Amino acid sequence: MEKKGQILDAKGIQRALTRISHEILEKNKGIEGLALVGIRTGGVFLCQRIARIIADIEKSEVPVGIVDITLYRDDLTVGTHLPILRGTELPFNVDGEKIVIVDDVLYTGRTVRAAMDAVMEFGRPRMIQLAVLIDRGHRELPIKADYIGKNVPTSRTESVNVRLTEKDGVDEVTVTEI
Amino acid sequence: MGLNRKDILDIESLSPDEIRLILETSESFKEVLGRDIKKVPTLRGKTVINLFFEASTRTRTSFEIAAKRLSADTINISASASSVQKGETLSDTVKNIEAMNSDVIIIRHPASGAPHFIAKRLKASVINAGDGSHEHPSQALLDMLTIKEKKGGIEGLKVAIIGDIAHSRVARSNIHGLTKMGAKVVLYGPKTLVPKGIDKIIGKYCNTPLRVAESMEEALTDADVVMMLRIQLERQGQSLFPSVREYSRFFGLNGRNVSLAKEDAIIMHPGPMNRGVEISSEIADGARSVILDQVNNGIAVRMAMLYLLAGGHKEVVT
Repeated sequence: MEKKGQILDAKGIQRALTRISHEILEKNKGIEGLALVGIRTGGVFLCQRIARIIADIEKSEVPVGIVDITLYRDDLTVGTHLPILRGTELPFNVDGEKIVIVDDVLYTGRTVRAAMDAVMEFGRPRMIQLAVLIDRGHRELPIKADYIGKNVPTSRTESVNVRLTEKDGVDEVTVTEI
Repeated sequence: MGLNRKDILDIESLSPDEIRLILETSESFKEVLGRDIKKVPTLRGKTVINLFFEASTRTRTSFEIAAKRLSADTINISASASSVQKGETLSDTVKNIEAMNSDVIIIRHPASGAPHFIAKRLKASVINAGDGSHEHPSQALLDMLTIKEKKGGIEGLKVAIIGDIAHSRVARSNIHGLTKMGAKVVLYGPKTLVPKGIDKIIGKYCNTPLRVAESMEEALTDADVVMMLRIQLERQGQSLFPSVREYSRFFGLNGRNVSLAKEDAIIMHPGPMNRGVEISSEIADGARSVILDQVNNGIAVRMAMLYLLAGGHKEVVT
């Protein structure tokens, strides 16, 4: 795998998340009725970071949940790789809430479709919004992010790697040729 | 990482890592079962056949619910109402079922090894739901999940398995599974129903020593888990044990001898129970009994088995 270059460093990720947090608060006019849901695995850490930034700004906690989309994937029966289940945790009532789904990379949109299905099994949110650190294009479904850290035009032969200190010991986003 | 196999036929051939994967996956499915909407679309479009050549309520229903919760289509076939009555061979029966594009065939059969026999002849996945007196893997897995949940782990626990060891597929699967997971297993039952040398024969494949106790006291003392087996009343009169009354007196679990086990010991039974024979009602319905937790965990475990076999990866090494 050839390393093509770093798109974001630790500071860049931090700035993007800070801006996304402000945008979430601006668009939703505060945290009333707001909840964040991270998609396993990368989205969970980003979701927790956004929640911390929001708590700093608003001096009040916003509920945070985790969604495991494995059971809702549309490629389970065609793929050769079966992911390990880690479970969904939504410790709040989704009925009537404004839910912000958080993920690291937005690509085909299939993960987000699965995440929306998973969240809606728990109730009827008032609204679902989407925050991603990287939008790399190549959508296969009519899905669009509300908050984007960075737009990165890529080719399908490239892979976008979001590495986070919580799981990889370092904060950076790189693009590599597969 | 998935389960790199086509079938789940016995616990004996599963590695400790595979057992751990199934148990961890089951825990995720317990979360699904705790939701208001207890159904996920994972196996949509897959067909699961329950092929039962022996009577069963618990296991068959549990597999059926598990498959339905995963959105698979399920069909139940019982041998008494099928072409088996017209003389069709087992091999032909299952090949016909497979020809109808079945993805998973769950089989219970009175002959030990029947699931292995059909697994070799089919591309579909096969799950053993109990074969003769050989193995009953899903029962052992749900027992291990229950122990893990109640005790926080399996390793190092003393597990007493008491009753008709010789005819019990539940015992055999649990012996393999529990010892692989590091439990200290002690067996006890009437001498006629504990195969001679079983500690050496099965013990050969075990990671921890397997013991046969000399008395009920020895089996129960300091046990963390007491697993009572069903005495097959139909075997009465085969001179394997004298009478139900005597059996219950010497080999039954009751309010008196249960105090030999640890204070926080859990009491298990795979069902169906003979109340007042191998287990007294007082114990079966008591605070330490986890018998209904076992049944409850059965659905999650079977969902995990179906998910790991049918949920993807077609290139399987067999």
